[in-house]
Amino acid sequence: MGAFTRHLRDNGFRVGMPETEMALRSMPLLDVGDPRELRMALKAICAADAAGYAKFDDLFDAYWHNPGRSRTEHKPVSNLNQDQGAFSNISKFLSQHDTGETGDTDTPDNDNHGEADSDGEGKLVSTETVNNDKTDMREFLLPEDRAMAERAAHRIAAAIRYRRSRRRKAARKGALIDLRRVIRRSVSSGGEPMQLLRRRRPDRPVHLVAILDVSGSMTLYARVFLAFLRGLIDVDQRADAFVFHTSLMCVSDALRDSDTLRAVNRLSMMAQGFGGGTRIGHCLDQFTSQYAGRMLGRRSVVIIMSDGYDTGSSERVGAAMEKLKRKGCKTIWLNPLIGWKDYEPVAASMAAALPHVDVFAPCNTLESLAALEEELERL
Amino acid sequence: MTWTDLKTRLDDAGYVASDELAMAIHIALQLERPILLEGDAGVGKTQIAKTLAEIEDTELIRLQCYEGLDAAASIYEWNYQRQLLSIRASADSGTSTGDIENRIFSREFLLERPLLRAIQQERPPVLLIDEIDRADEEFEAFLLEILSDFQITVPELGTITATSRPIVVLTANGTRDLSDALRRRCIYSFVPYPDRETELSILAKRGPELSPQLARQIVGFVQALRKEDLEKKPGIAETLDWAAALAGLGLKDLTDDPVALQASLVALLKTEADQATIPGPVAQRLAGAAG
Repeated sequence: MGAFTRHLRDNGFRVGMPETEMALRSMPLLDVGDPRELRMALKAICAADAAGYAKFDDLFDAYWHNPGRSRTEHKPVSNLNQDQGAFSNISKFLSQHDTGETGDTDTPDNDNHGEADSDGEGKLVSTETVNNDKTDMREFLLPEDRAMAERAAHRIAAAIRYRRSRRRKAARKGALIDLRRVIRRSVSSGGEPMQLLRRRRPDRPVHLVAILDVSGSMTLYARVFLAFLRGLIDVDQRADAFVFHTSLMCVSDALRDSDTLRAVNRLSMMAQGFGGGTRIGHCLDQFTSQYAGRMLGRRSVVIIMSDGYDTGSSERVGAAMEKLKRKGCKTIWLNPLIGWKDYEPVAASMAAALPHVDVFAPCNTLESLAALEEELERL
Repeated sequence: MTWTDLKTRLDDAGYVASDELAMAIHIALQLERPILLEGDAGVGKTQIAKTLAEIEDTELIRLQCYEGLDAAASIYEWNYQRQLLSIRASADSGTSTGDIENRIFSREFLLERPLLRAIQQERPPVLLIDEIDRADEEFEAFLLEILSDFQITVPELGTITATSRPIVVLTANGTRDLSDALRRRCIYSFVPYPDRETELSILAKRGPELSPQLARQIVGFVQALRKEDLEKKPGIAETLDWAAALAGLGLKDLTDDPVALQASLVALLKTEADQATIPGPVAQRLAGAAG
């Protein structure tokens, strides 16, 4: 039994002594000679979520029906959970990609191909004190700017971190009277409620989820945005980050890497490995079906950073956004192109997504990122 | 009692459980563990608790969770109005403050909410904590405490220990991920949509009187419908509603009357988008293939 739970643990189950004990206690309740009964019983005890429940039968068969097999021979089974996001060690998964791609992905990220309108016109021109704050992000990659991007992220994360809770707590001021405390106090004044104590709804942390487009058209911004992403992740242990181009990847773990530069390099390298097109709809779909159920609630804010240029169908983007919205979260779409002169959201996917976006804002300069703070506070 | 006995008893009470589910419930009952049921809406998770209460011939105490659910609504609350009146009454009769306080913070003034009520029954009741994922993390935390010790502390009164351990059934459908701690304390079972055979026997048990041919068609149609890309897949309750509607319309065969068929789909498809996904011809095709 102990060995079997270890086998499960190796395959991403969170089981330990209590489960082993429970399993042993359940043995007298069933006909242990019947493998089917044993399997069903152990499944009920050891599986703890839908993914584990689906996987259990294979693991059970692999262990009990192949006696004498060594653990290495179980590898095909344990590979199963590598693509099941829930348990797999993401950074390991990512680094595998890294080594696979390094050969041809080591290109620096300021090649201009795929950027149709990347001339000087794109800059935001509105200030006398010209400094890096106002430079379009395409133009800088200095470490201090990266630090700045992270700082902006910190501020933004702080601004949207709290939303009103529905629970109530005792407080000095508040909309509701705290009867329990009022009664208690009024005992001493002969039942006269002299002092009205109150309750109010305290602020609660929100769960931030950032989704960054790292496709060809976004290459120029990718580095800074990654720094921004890291900033968000830094502030809040519960925040999650994803990058996508033609498919979606969870990068929260890699971003928590203590070395900023290494994390950013590793990610941008990985991201560019795929370079080409963007399938926003597909990736958002993937997000809603794979991760949203697990991580989104009414207290979530989803930040999508993309220019909306898509090689997939725009209807799909609309539908995916609608689905996302139905989870009850708030959505913010940051588009680096808004900062440009005369920008209209004409890209079909962008137009399809717009009705489901709560805040649609520019993010092509650090200042515009910082300016978001105020807007997001109102969310 | 073995798990097959339990399955038969559930069956007799009108609940068709899969082997895996029956086994999970059996273990949960024998080991006195809470059972956590996950699955899409409408697969009969709540019904399990009701049926369990029925076969155990005991009370069903239900706690519906929602965001912002707190101790006052789930465990206990003092009866403030009575307290206030009582203080006034005793103040006039000149009772000392200490006595008043002792009096108004006695059991007499305590309003029991589902969790407190559940641990105070003579006979172990079935405690259904419905849609636990709708409640917030804080609630989950104190629920954990109650589920492990089965005792509740009221500051003014002291600790109230359970007179009997309730049979706890928790349901969730993925609004929010549950904490590992809670999951690990429970026996887990994932309740899928029923397969064709199971759904047929559910329909036979709980649905209206139908010809075998129509029953097969109904189940085939609903099973096919669940494979379509719908926002809200029809659950068992929807199947039963629809069967009742068709029986009410007096339909003998799904392919007989396209207009009535399309009209009756309101019992299965609950959003506008879903209704648009299944227009007349598609419904016809599904009905034709469902026999």
